[in-house]
Amino acid sequence: MATDQRAPRSARLLAVNASGELAHLPRNELALILRPGDVVVANDAATLPASLPGKHVASDAAIEIRLAGWLSLGDPTRFIAVCFGPGDFRMPTEDRPLPPPLRPGDQLSLGPLSAAIECLLGHPRLCRLRLSGTRPAILAGLATHGRPIQYAHVPEPLALWDVWTKIATEPVAFEPPSAGFSLDWRMLAAWRSRGIHFVTLTHAAGISSTGDPLLDLRLPFDEPYRIPKSTALAISCAKAAGRRIIAIGTSVVRALESAADRDGGVRDGSGTASGRIGEGTDLRVVDAIVTGVHQPGDSHFELLRAFVEDSFLQRIVRDLATHGYRGHEFGDSLLVHRSMNHTSLKRRVTQEVR
Amino acid sequence: MLTDTDLRGLRVAVTGGTSGLGLALVCQLRTSGADVAFIARTAAAVAAVAGQTGALGIVGDVGRKDDIYPMALQITGNLGGLDVLINNASSLGPVPLAFLADTECEELELALAVNLIGPFRLTKALFGALAASARAGRGALIVNVTSDAAVNAYPRWGAYSASKAALGHLTRVWDEEAKAEGVRFLSIDPGDMDTPLHAAAIPDADPSTLKRPSDSAAEIISAIVARLPVRQSAGAER
Repeated sequence: MATDQRAPRSARLLAVNASGELAHLPRNELALILRPGDVVVANDAATLPASLPGKHVASDAAIEIRLAGWLSLGDPTRFIAVCFGPGDFRMPTEDRPLPPPLRPGDQLSLGPLSAAIECLLGHPRLCRLRLSGTRPAILAGLATHGRPIQYAHVPEPLALWDVWTKIATEPVAFEPPSAGFSLDWRMLAAWRSRGIHFVTLTHAAGISSTGDPLLDLRLPFDEPYRIPKSTALAISCAKAAGRRIIAIGTSVVRALESAADRDGGVRDGSGTASGRIGEGTDLRVVDAIVTGVHQPGDSHFELLRAFVEDSFLQRIVRDLATHGYRGHEFGDSLLVHRSMNHTSLKRRVTQEVR
Repeated sequence: MLTDTDLRGLRVAVTGGTSGLGLALVCQLRTSGADVAFIARTAAAVAAVAGQTGALGIVGDVGRKDDIYPMALQITGNLGGLDVLINNASSLGPVPLAFLADTECEELELALAVNLIGPFRLTKALFGALAASARAGRGALIVNVTSDAAVNAYPRWGAYSASKAALGHLTRVWDEEAKAEGVRFLSIDPGDMDTPLHAAAIPDADPSTLKRPSDSAAEIISAIVARLPVRQSAGAER
């Protein structure tokens, strides 16, 4: 993808502080506006080429499989998958036809890979899939035949280098943890020089949308994560000292809040984030989030309702629109601090005082 | 050859792993217990070395842009991350070696693609994994295999020399930039070895006067061990 389309160096940031003040900034000023002592937590998952074109063997019909969830993190033999009929990424997913009727045991030919439907999961597009072969053979097949999940709003086909953030490590995400596109090594160096701590976790970010309203209501699927000891320790120390935790992306919020312990820190190790975070969620760990500009209604946007009141969120949405912020995975960014006036925060403070 | 170094749990990727120095590195790293992924262009040779050593074989060409991320995905997906990357694959450029004025532009481009741009691309694709390893206290090291031709002006070695000189300087600059992340870079000249690459460059060389690749591999592994944190059998964090 051409650099000027993603334009990371010209990206913008709408920064909202805890008092509700808004500031429009170049995104690279993230290097300057955080406080010494803050702990920034990012998701270092690399993104799988999760879109696999192929054929439904019994009907010889074209099919596209989008891997969408792990049954066991890192085991590439079994996935939850969303299936589409003919078409490509230039066609919005909303308009993609259903796949041929799928039954347990149906075989799929996916380039060098072969797969079998284990079962449907309550929707004609959603299934559990088993890929044949060893782990190295399956990863080789994905690497050579798979493509990153594409977006109709991005005119050029996306390659893996477009969807891996600069901090990408293990390929466990199905769509990019796109808030991480705001990071580069210069920013990390600037944070280090200002006493801002940078740590990571690995969260298998799932798909953001299927194009099917009923299926989208089931998003996000359960997402496994892994928190290193060093990250858990940095967060626990910061919370104990009253310093802030800044999450880069919704997947980090999901992982940290899922791993929150009673002392305000987080448990290290593996876990699974399930359910939605939104209005009424009591955030125990994260003080602020850097995220993309998402549409009201999608799960990424709904998560912001845990940070600020709806009325204020509407003001943010208006501001984003008025100033022409770019949405979607490769657009501009939003830094939102948890509002001091938010109902859930007031409720927790009241409980703690009691 | 190293026989008493315990590298269990160390995750290493080697490019050009089916012949010469790369093959010797793969064999010795596996003997020492490291988890090894290697890359080479020929599927049959990759399968043979993987079968002999138990290392993970990946088919790919570091000189091809489109191969880089699929390689990186297979390396980190299979090893669960990466501690050490050895950019060993090399191209002589024109064979037989040629004066620069006789070297085709495409031959110079090939040498640069394999010896400079390829290592740059692969290191960049894996830099996040290496930095994560450093943050976890495991250490992170990139070894770029260079040559005395990078500093000496040997006639007819121009394409190879220029690419290796550039790789050497890339290594020095990147090491300065990345040391704060805990990621270190090292360039190593393994010496004139009895390898297929040397035979292609100087067909009439007497092999008995050349270094054994296994001796150079042992030196490189010693240099790697010296630059990584003291390893504990199960203490390193994933």
